[in-house]
Amino acid sequence: MANTLRGRAFKYGDNVDTDVIIPARYCTAYTPQELGPHCLEDLDREFVKRVKEGDIIVAGKNFGCGSSRENAPLAIRGAGVSCVIAKSFARIFYRNSINIGLPILESEEAADSIDSGDELRVDLDTGAIENLTKGRSFSSAPFPEAIQEIIRLGGMVNFVKERLNNR
Amino acid sequence: MGKTLAEKIIGEHAAGEVKAGQIVLARVDVCLTQDGTGPLAVRQLEKLGLEKLANPKRTVLFLDHSVPASRKELADDHQTLRNFAKKTGANLSEVGMGICHTVINEEYVNPGDIMIGADSHTCTGGALCAFATGMGSTDVAIGMALGKTWLRVPETFKIVVNGEFPLGVFPKDLILHLIGMIGADGATYKALEWHGETIEKMDMEGRLTLSNMAVEAGAKAGLIPSDETTRRYLEEMGRGGKFREIKPDPDAEYERVIEIDVSQLTPVVSFPHAVDNTRIIDEAKGEKINQVFLGTCTNSRVGDWEVVANIVRGKKKHPNVRFIAVPGSVQIQKEVIRRGYYQTLLDFGAMIMPPGCGPCVGVYGGILGSGEKCLATMNRNFRGRMGNPEGFIYLASPATVAATAIAGEIADPREYEAELKAVGKKVVVPVTKAVKKVAKKKKAKEKAVKKARAKKKAKRAVRKKPVRRATTKRRVKKVAKRKVAKKKAAKRTMAKKRVKRTAKRTRRR
Repeated sequence: MANTLRGRAFKYGDNVDTDVIIPARYCTAYTPQELGPHCLEDLDREFVKRVKEGDIIVAGKNFGCGSSRENAPLAIRGAGVSCVIAKSFARIFYRNSINIGLPILESEEAADSIDSGDELRVDLDTGAIENLTKGRSFSSAPFPEAIQEIIRLGGMVNFVKERLNNR
Repeated sequence: MGKTLAEKIIGEHAAGEVKAGQIVLARVDVCLTQDGTGPLAVRQLEKLGLEKLANPKRTVLFLDHSVPASRKELADDHQTLRNFAKKTGANLSEVGMGICHTVINEEYVNPGDIMIGADSHTCTGGALCAFATGMGSTDVAIGMALGKTWLRVPETFKIVVNGEFPLGVFPKDLILHLIGMIGADGATYKALEWHGETIEKMDMEGRLTLSNMAVEAGAKAGLIPSDETTRRYLEEMGRGGKFREIKPDPDAEYERVIEIDVSQLTPVVSFPHAVDNTRIIDEAKGEKINQVFLGTCTNSRVGDWEVVANIVRGKKKHPNVRFIAVPGSVQIQKEVIRRGYYQTLLDFGAMIMPPGCGPCVGVYGGILGSGEKCLATMNRNFRGRMGNPEGFIYLASPATVAATAIAGEIADPREYEAELKAVGKKVVVPVTKAVKKVAKKKKAKEKAVKKARAKKKAKRAVRKKPVRRATTKRRVKKVAKRKVAKKKAAKRTMAKKRVKRTAKRTRRR
């Protein structure tokens, strides 16, 4: 099923800000392909070398705080990350992720118990997070239908386009 | 049930009354983007095929983050925004005009407006009692084109501030103190609403600093009720007619109330790499510093320069410290030059960069060397923010920056008592185009009055002689002149004719 994601966890702490997700010096680029190779480079130089398509970032509270740069979720997507699980997200990052079609899930317990390298399975329809390595599962509030639709279409631009076409 | 400022303002822009927690579609009054986020907004609009803006006169594209352009990619981004402005009729704030959050409040934002900006510090507009909030490029692009955006009406934290600031303690210390207290995510998704006698007495510059940093606590907006200070500020900016008093209802519902007594505050410093990693000055003192930076949308206004100029005047900068100063806008730059602060800072050993974001984002100058430490009046000290993940950023007030520049290590500005006392005596008002226009008009009027008086005097002097005679005399003179001229002309034609005749005769021969 398309709405189930599977990948390994990369775990980070609280307050992962947009300056470390993608430093401003790379923000003249706008495509996930160009931004991806620099994702999290100021925080963890190994990340882009080790991350594989479909892997999942797990972090503490206030993920994505700071600048409004949309390049941040674009860089995460460009690195191949399929979704981000955190205790909480900063406001602007939350909106930006939806707008560019990056699924994000809030779950305090999941963020606490998952370790780097754990194999995870996420169901975006129900918000269920499974830690296959540790055999534990967690729940998170899934996005409402309308927002899932935006993510499914790949972001706000495609969503508005479709709305304008269907008018 | 009573309404908070956020509920009131959003309610005016949505269909019907709104309550915290509701998601609404709201009209947008002002939109801003800058050279970092604007090009992506333009690209998204192109993708959508939306070329017309809902309200181009109140859409402003700022070139401020990398000015003048430091790389060809950024120069191209500037071109993208210039072309877009030409095509759509949006306003363009060129390189050197200043920081978006400084200029937008000087020239565009009014109480009761909803402003969205593709920059997290858009919340600065809350100082004018506008619901101003930062968003990403796509959100703002859609707002620019459709004139609408979706908002979740935020719950509100009421921050009640009382007491008088001790000498050497400033609104910047207050906001750092609050963020240290509630944490960098302490107000995520919430609005802050500032109240209390300290806020009522605070000038607009201090309020702008408070609202600017709301986002550093995760807040969506930092609102201050509009009052006499707001009215005066708008008048000075030439928009006095746009003033509206907006206050929350007395029975408004707040999620949390936080009380602060500023008379107990000391200067505060945020240590690397988080804004909420705050220490009081006594625990911060002595930290060796390589660079200090006065600037950014938080603290780059005339009053900030005045405090710094007063402290450093006649003193020597520590040889191990570099001092970078960047005025927030060209209006501020002109005013600090006029008041002599510019010269004072240059004499002290500061290097002054053109109005803009300067070294704050690490894309234009002032990048730190590995292991270097910078004390700045910035709002954010994240790792790598100033262009090098191996650099360390500390945040403080302009006064602490000045004291540190002298000492070469983090120092307590309260040691400069006499210098600080001299600051409070002048009311600091940033001079803008509007103020200058008024001054110019006043000067012109004075000149005109003087001229008129002189004329009257001259007339009176003339009137003493019989008026008619004077006129006839002039007339006679004129007639005589004309007669002479006619005679001369006749003579000339006669002479010409004679020449022609002789020429004909010679040809015939």
